[in-house]
Amino acid sequence: MTRTKPSRLSYLTTGIIKENPTLILMIGLCPTLATTTSARDALGMSAAASFVLILSNVVISLVRKFIQPSIRIPIFIIIISTFVTIIDYALQAYQPSLYRVLGVFVPLIVVNCIILGRAEAFAYNHGVFDSFLDGLGNSLGFTLLLVVMGSVREFFAAGTIFGKVVTPAWYRSAPMLFMIFPPGAFFLIGILKALVIKLKLDKG
Amino acid sequence: MSLTKIFIGAFLVNNILLMRFIALCSFFGVSTSMDTSVGMSAAVVFVTMLAAWVCWVLWHALLLPLGLGFLRTAVFILVIAGLVQFVEMFLRKYMRGLYSAMGIYLPLITTNCAILAVTFLNVDYGFNLLQATIYALGVGGGYSLAIILFAAIRERLEDSPVSPSFRGYPIAFVGASLISLAFLGFANLFGITI
Repeated sequence: MTRTKPSRLSYLTTGIIKENPTLILMIGLCPTLATTTSARDALGMSAAASFVLILSNVVISLVRKFIQPSIRIPIFIIIISTFVTIIDYALQAYQPSLYRVLGVFVPLIVVNCIILGRAEAFAYNHGVFDSFLDGLGNSLGFTLLLVVMGSVREFFAAGTIFGKVVTPAWYRSAPMLFMIFPPGAFFLIGILKALVIKLKLDKG
Repeated sequence: MSLTKIFIGAFLVNNILLMRFIALCSFFGVSTSMDTSVGMSAAVVFVTMLAAWVCWVLWHALLLPLGLGFLRTAVFILVIAGLVQFVEMFLRKYMRGLYSAMGIYLPLITTNCAILAVTFLNVDYGFNLLQATIYALGVGGGYSLAIILFAAIRERLEDSPVSPSFRGYPIAFVGASLISLAFLGFANLFGITI
């Protein structure tokens, strides 16, 4: 009896589309909604979270043989919070303007369900390279959604994308400010999720 | 900053769920029924208060004097994880019904960002112990208010004719958007910004 082993490539790709952590599994919603008021902030947030996700996946899979199963969660949290502290201080030092915008959401990366979820579901029982690919795939999926949300919200609320003007002057004089406020974020992710469900229903 | 303003700020103006977008996983996960929402709210209020006290004392008595500020993230999350473990054991022993109702969300309260956010914000805003307590109470109350309002709406959504692609999460998001729009009306109430 042969069991087909999932390919290396699939570790990378499932996190991007098929099991996109935020849009399909609906975890890690807080930063997705809170830090996507502009495309640039969204990219900054996803870069910080990706740094933590990839490195914690790698380190956890490196030391997984030494972790007692009963105390694995506290150990995961210590490893994750180490990387969160590193990125917290690095952003404060080198990107102070971004740090001010992201605010409390940088230290809150430590409770991002995606990171602990991947540690528990994947890194704890897979090899180092596979865990790296899994972390990278999930990071890309997370980044993709955040940048899409940030771009759409910035487009409607300010008429720009990544700070570049893309709408005529008459639109920018009275833009849809609604989108930059919290209700706009809830509304947009509702529409995106409905689109995903629609695509799934159409496929059968 | 007066205590009333801190409370109203945390409770309404900057509602932790609807304005700050913190702790959304539990917001959407638990709010499918009124019972679980009430149970989760009670747990969050309780753990938030405990965590706010313990972390405030640790920060001002231990981490700050010893110059260990960089350990904040690790220490606070571990304290909360320990507290949650304790609450879980307590519920399992004495409140069996509530324990089974919350299912997988009780361990997830560790990763409930609301609690950790309160402990961080208490430090960032430089609150004293009384202010920190009131702030924690406001956040817990605001969390309960939002999740219970939302649960009432979702229970009705279950039976309403919604287009197939909007069923479940999407219509819940749109509903949350509308409640959030109502809460936007509290912005700058009494000039509160915290």
